Amino acid sequence: MALAHMDEKSRHEIDPPVWSEEMLKQRRARAKAMAWALLGFMVLVFAVTLVKLGANVLDRPM
Amino acid sequence: MGWRLDLQVPAPHFFKVVQMSDVSIETAKTSGASRREVGTASDFFALLKPRVMSLVVFTGFVGIAVAPGTLHPVLAFAALLCIAVGAGASGALNMWYDADIDARMMRTAERPIPQGRVTAGEALGFGATLSVISVVAMGLFVNHVAAALLAVTIAFYLFVYTMWLKRRTPQNIVIGGAAGAFPPMIGWAAVTGSVSLEPIILFLIIFMWTPPHFWALALYRKGDYTSVGVPMLPVVAGKHETRKQILIYSALLVPLTLLPVALGFAGAIYGAIAASAGAVFLALAWQIWQAGKHGDEPESDVRAKRLFLFSIFYLFLIFALFLVERVPGLYLPVI
Repeated sequence: MALAHMDEKSRHEIDPPVWSEEMLKQRRARAKAMAWALLGFMVLVFAVTLVKLGANVLDRPM
Repeated sequence: MGWRLDLQVPAPHFFKVVQMSDVSIETAKTSGASRREVGTASDFFALLKPRVMSLVVFTGFVGIAVAPGTLHPVLAFAALLCIAVGAGASGALNMWYDADIDARMMRTAERPIPQGRVTAGEALGFGATLSVISVVAMGLFVNHVAAALLAVTIAFYLFVYTMWLKRRTPQNIVIGGAAGAFPPMIGWAAVTGSVSLEPIILFLIIFMWTPPHFWALALYRKGDYTSVGVPMLPVVAGKHETRKQILIYSALLVPLTLLPVALGFAGAIYGAIAASAGAVFLALAWQIWQAGKHGDEPESDVRAKRLFLFSIFYLFLIFALFLVERVPGLYLPVI
């Protein structure tokens, strides 16, 4: 029977959201890796911005 | 009906998911009920095909290093990162699309999607997001020409090679090989903002290297490709024809690698080592041909594996030589 034709109740019967301790641990590790990647991207954007602005970074009209 | 689905050709993955009656099985395989583990960071990293990525990054770096002009080291790093992420993203999208055949091939069965550690949807989202980020970042950080070339590379690998050619023609890796040949051109464009003859030759070297490299693999992995219906040359035209084509493409590749010497952007050191390595490449291709000619299939497969491994070293060597000659005093002009 195609999943698309099942009602909401049947779906939950075959697909219960079970998260073991191990899975939660893996998910946390993945979230940490994602956080580090985002932090690295932020640093890169900051560094590129400084390089692109060059000496003009201090040249602000008051 | 004016058309029919040719059952000789395996239907693409997404057709199967939508059309097959066992859609519940397909979906359950990748949903919470049957998953025993969650994809870890290393599973997602594996989606990026890190080994392929290393070659892409290296050739991209050579493109940056040999291009005339200068690029600030931070921008050069950003450009390389964009090339790496873009290449990785297209690898993830390839794994998403090919998950059905990956599961049935020995070489690819251990990948995260067939193993159920990452769902196809996660791979699609991951690959698509990284593709957009890498192209936009390249455009903002470096320049629009490099960004456009990176976008073309990703699109070519996904739409032209993976979706269109791979399951339809034995010329799949000949034409599709262009996707892997773009990185040095992107690197060059990152520095100069344009494309000239030199990066086109770098492109052509990888383009011509790809068929003998993959056909050598396909020779000793023929069974894998046959079982999933991917029309690689040994499957469609036979091993004899494949060995002949390997020899022809190798004979075209070696002179092409010497073109930089003739055009003056590589010197004597490059010329001597590239010619020697090219002779080894040709000798290995010839040995495969000879083994096949004498009907010694097992020996032909052993030699094909040898060529496959050597071809990886060969490409690294050729591109490393361009770098070596950038060291002051090591460029000795031939003409």
